Amino acid sequence: MRVVVDFDLCESNAVCMGIAPEVFEVRDDDFLYVLQEEPDEALRGKVEEAVARCPKQAITLEG
Amino acid sequence: MSAPLERVVVVGASLAGIRAAETLRAEGFSGDLVVVGDEPHPPYDRPPLSKEVLTAAVAPDVRLRAVTSGLDASLELGVAAVGLDLGERRVTLADGRALPFDGLVVASGCSPRALPGTDGLRRVRTLRTLDDARSVRDLLHSGARRVLVVGAGFIGAEVAASCRFLGVEVTLVEPLSQPLLRVLGARVGAVVADLHREHGVDVRLGVGVASVAERHGDRPDGSVRVELSDGSTLEVDLVVVGIGVVPRTGWLEGSGLTVDDGVVCDATTLAAPGVVAAGDVARWPNHLFDEAMRVEHWEHALDMGAHAARRLLEGDGPGTPYTPVPWFWSDQYDRKIQLAGRVRPDDELLVVAGALDEPRFCVLYGRAGRVTGALAVNMPARVVRYRRAIADRLTWADALAEVEAQDRPPG
Repeated sequence: MRVVVDFDLCESNAVCMGIAPEVFEVRDDDFLYVLQEEPDEALRGKVEEAVARCPKQAITLEG
Repeated sequence: MSAPLERVVVVGASLAGIRAAETLRAEGFSGDLVVVGDEPHPPYDRPPLSKEVLTAAVAPDVRLRAVTSGLDASLELGVAAVGLDLGERRVTLADGRALPFDGLVVASGCSPRALPGTDGLRRVRTLRTLDDARSVRDLLHSGARRVLVVGAGFIGAEVAASCRFLGVEVTLVEPLSQPLLRVLGARVGAVVADLHREHGVDVRLGVGVASVAERHGDRPDGSVRVELSDGSTLEVDLVVVGIGVVPRTGWLEGSGLTVDDGVVCDATTLAAPGVVAAGDVARWPNHLFDEAMRVEHWEHALDMGAHAARRLLEGDGPGTPYTPVPWFWSDQYDRKIQLAGRVRPDDELLVVAGALDEPRFCVLYGRAGRVTGALAVNMPARVVRYRRAIADRLTWADALAEVEAQDRPPG
C-alpha cells in the first residue's frame, strides 16, 4: 500500500490528519507532510477513510 | 434477527446518498441498489460551485470520484422521487414508475430559498446546483461587472470572494448585524465583514432587499435594479442570493415519516423500520451535544451517509448512536476558515492562538462549562486537535488551564 498525495490539489484541510495521524500531519507552516508513504497494512482502514473524506479528493492509495 | 435486505433505494444522488450507496457495497450488501436523483448530471461535488467553478478559466470536473471510479449501483438520474408509500414499501417517481424496496435511504437534500417574486429572472440566481453555478459563471464570464450578493452566509461570502477574484464590483447585503452571525457569533462575524471590506467589497449589514426589477435580462446590456430595505437603490448586472436552504421533504407528505424541519430520525439515523436518513435533510438527536440537529456541511453528508448505510444493514438491531462533532471549512480569499463543533451566537469566546485582527488565529466557544466549538483561520491542525478534544467532552476549565499554562513564561 502506497499513499500518494496530489499537492496541487491539497489545501491542508487536515481531515486526513484527524483520521490517520500516524500517516498525515499538517504542521504549523500549513503544509501537509506524509509521515509514512508506505504505511503498515494495519492502517489500511484509516487511510482508506482519509482518502474518502479528503474534501479535495487529493489522496490516492496504490496497491 | 431480521432477514437480509434484498433491494435498497437511495433517494438523493448527491454526497450523502452516493456515500450511503458506496458504504452499503463496502459492507457487503449484494442486493439490488438504486440511487435516484432529480438532476440530470452525473453525481457531483458542491463545494467548488461557489469557488473554482465560478473563477477558473476552464470549469473544473466536479464529478464525485466514488461514481467515476465505478459505483456498483443503478443510477436513475433526471427523475425526482415524488411519493413514498411505507406500507407498500415503494417510492414513486415523477415519471410514474414505482420502485419497490425493503431498505430506504432518504438523502433528498435541501433547496435554496429564493427572493420572493424573482422566479424565472435570468440575472437573479440562487446557487445550489451545477446548473445554478453554470448560469452564474456564464454571466460573470460574459461581462457582468457589478454583482449584488444577498446574504452573508457561507455561500454568499464565498461568492463575494470569487467575484472579487474576477475583479467584479461586489455589494454584499446581510439582514443580520454581522455575516455568519448565527453560525459564528458577532465577534468572529465582524472579522469576516472586515475581511471582505479589505478586499474591496461594499458590505452593508442590517439591510435586506425590498424589491427587484430585471430589465432586458436576456440581453447583454441587461441589468437588475434593486431597492434595499434602507431605501437605497442599486443597479447591478447580477444578483446572487444565498439566504439559506429548506429540507426537501415535500415527497414524504402523508408517508407517515415525521417531518419537522427535516426528516426526524432517532439517535442512530433510523426514521422508521427499514428507513434511514442522511445529510442535510435529516434531523436527529446528537447525544454529544444533547441537541436535535440538522447539519448542512459537506463532511456531515459524507459521514452520516456512511453511518446511515451501516444502520440500515443492522436491521432490527439496536444500532449505534451517531454522535459527530460537526466540522466545516470555508475558503475566502487567502483565508481558510474552519469550525469544529456546534456553536451558538451567545457562547463564550476564548482566543487561544493569535488574535482576531491577525490573519491566523484560533478561538474556542463554550457554554455550560463545556467547549462547544473551535474555530480557526489558517490554523487547520489546531482544529483537528480540538475536534478530538470536543468529542471527548473537553471542559471549559481544562481548556482555560491549558491556555494559561501555554502562556506562562518558563521558570
